[in-house]
Amino acid sequence: MINEPALNGMALTEHDRSEPLLRSGNSNCGGCGMSNLMQMLRRAAADRELKMVIPACCAAVTGGNFPESAYSIPTIMSTFASAAPVATGVASVAQLNGEETRVVCLAGDGGTYDIGMGSLSAAAERNEDILYICYDNEIYGNTGGQRSSATPAGATTTSTPGGKQETKKDIIGIMAAHRIPYVASISLAHIDDTLRKLQFALDARGFRFLHVLSPCPTGWKSEPAMGIELVRLAVRSGLFPVFEVFDGSRYVINVEPEFSREALMMYLSLQRRFRRSGVTEESLRPSIEHYWNYLRLMSGRIVPARKNI
Amino acid sequence: MPVELISANHAAALAATLAGRANRTARGFCCGVYPITPSTECMEYLCGQDIEKGKVVRADSEHSAMGICIGASSSGARSFTTTCSNGLAYMVENCVAAAGYRLPIVMSVANRTLGPPWNIWADHGDSLLLRDLGWLQLYSADNQQVFDTVLCAFKLAEDPRVMMPALCCMDGFILSHTVSQVEIPTQDLVDRFLPTTDVPHRLNKVAHTLGQMESPHQSAVHRAQHHQAMLNAEQVYAEIQDSFEEIFGRRPADPLVRYRAEDAETLIVSMGTLGVTAERVVDQLREQGQSVGSVRVRMFRPMLDAELRKIFAGKKRIAVLDRDISIGFGGVLWGEVRGFADPAAIVQSYMIGVAGGDVRPEHMVNLLTELEQCHESGAPKIVEVA
Repeated sequence: MINEPALNGMALTEHDRSEPLLRSGNSNCGGCGMSNLMQMLRRAAADRELKMVIPACCAAVTGGNFPESAYSIPTIMSTFASAAPVATGVASVAQLNGEETRVVCLAGDGGTYDIGMGSLSAAAERNEDILYICYDNEIYGNTGGQRSSATPAGATTTSTPGGKQETKKDIIGIMAAHRIPYVASISLAHIDDTLRKLQFALDARGFRFLHVLSPCPTGWKSEPAMGIELVRLAVRSGLFPVFEVFDGSRYVINVEPEFSREALMMYLSLQRRFRRSGVTEESLRPSIEHYWNYLRLMSGRIVPARKNI
Repeated sequence: MPVELISANHAAALAATLAGRANRTARGFCCGVYPITPSTECMEYLCGQDIEKGKVVRADSEHSAMGICIGASSSGARSFTTTCSNGLAYMVENCVAAAGYRLPIVMSVANRTLGPPWNIWADHGDSLLLRDLGWLQLYSADNQQVFDTVLCAFKLAEDPRVMMPALCCMDGFILSHTVSQVEIPTQDLVDRFLPTTDVPHRLNKVAHTLGQMESPHQSAVHRAQHHQAMLNAEQVYAEIQDSFEEIFGRRPADPLVRYRAEDAETLIVSMGTLGVTAERVVDQLREQGQSVGSVRVRMFRPMLDAELRKIFAGKKRIAVLDRDISIGFGGVLWGEVRGFADPAAIVQSYMIGVAGGDVRPEHMVNLLTELEQCHESGAPKIVEVA
């Protein structure tokens, strides 16, 4: 099988995996951000040996029915709250046997922010040799779209029909507070940054945590083809900061937003989930500014370094 | 063989340690552990051991502890953990998963009452939560049995004809904290007894997915296979007894421990340490000329129904003693075994020592005296003991 040059020739196709991590014919919705993530992970992983742990989430369903599997690597589907502990066992045995296997958790926001938070925190505290990737669609997708603590304020879900009142949990802040080697947020609209972070996180040892904003046309009530654009708008408006934290202390802002009012307005208007609650770019502005003040303080970058990215 | 004075908790941990070391030439030994009274000393002992190619992960909960065991076992390592009571209840979801993946994880349980209201004393209600979940269940009555059972459980769980997790139960405090003599074999002998672990479906190089979705007929077939494999445990355990005896020079206890049962008219059926008291009562009543015997159900899963039918055949009265209560029904063991007796037999449920009451021989004598006067089985009875 010949690999076509991908991502404008940026990916090292000669070392690419001959097979996608997530095979075609899987049951993901069209426009699913997790599908894009798996494509990028394939590029980043290249010929590295991987094992994957997937708790209950869309990725568990996407795997398909026994005995076929949509995943081209050894994978175990864990219980909802157990991705990090099961990965701990897998990684420990790999370590005992001197294997180079990279153990990857692929978990949704429900399994990360909510039910799996305790066991995730514990594995991070023990600094287990795991790459934990949270693909965050800001909703319980498998069960039909209920709120999670990753759902942003103003979003309508089946369990918050009038729009969620509470703001989204700061998962990066929580994970960085564990002082683990690497924490980063990933924008699928910034593929060079995505690839670099995935590669870095695959190579690093100890507990690594990646947070990926994963567009979900089904839950966000948006056009499948608009997913990547929505992520770009979230980044441009400052709503989704793209940054990384090394050892819980060194904060690096990777993408400097324009804080564009138009971008924020478009982000909200292109998703029907924001229609009912009355959330506007004006109502979101203070919390965006507040978070960026915090981020500037932590990164030591008081003045934006770059513009127009 | 060297004899050590140790508690049953330590005996279980020591057996797990020896079993763990025995897998050093294969994929190693990896456990997730979490403390809970009265199982704590078992995990503490394990944490103090230096095990070649072994790792004991101090988890954040019982649920995670079993998760770690699942990860380890699905990677081909030998795995062990210990818990009880609410810890076991908290762990149940991952116990279901461990059984569903068919992983040969061994767990020691120091049986304790479920709460709240909080109560730390012995009751079988915790391990019985796992009754229908595809775990082998073995109940011990002394420290030596606890040690032997854990060793045998690894061999039983890892046998390709069985291949499923195993629960080794001991009564909390009554056994877990009682120090007594235990014969401890050398590592060489354990190595001979226990071959290295091979989990054929482990995560290896080949891309396959463990625990993925199934359609109804697939799950039904997998349940049927699991059920059949569990039934194989009876035969496999008999083989393990032979090989244990050959290597260690003593025979581990039978799955059903009969005591003067053959010619008895009245039978006491029980699990765990209740059976030891029952055997003393049998001796006492036999001296008075009464025809009484005892059967201790050591292997609760699989339930050896054919064997129990044989033992029950011709018995007039059977007192089933449960250190548990299925609220709204009666004793769990009674519910399971009452159908194995002759139609005319009186099979009476006595729930005694529930939530840790101290069951003494006189309590059993009293209830047998009462049973002798019965003409038919009555409703399940809770016998209150202090």
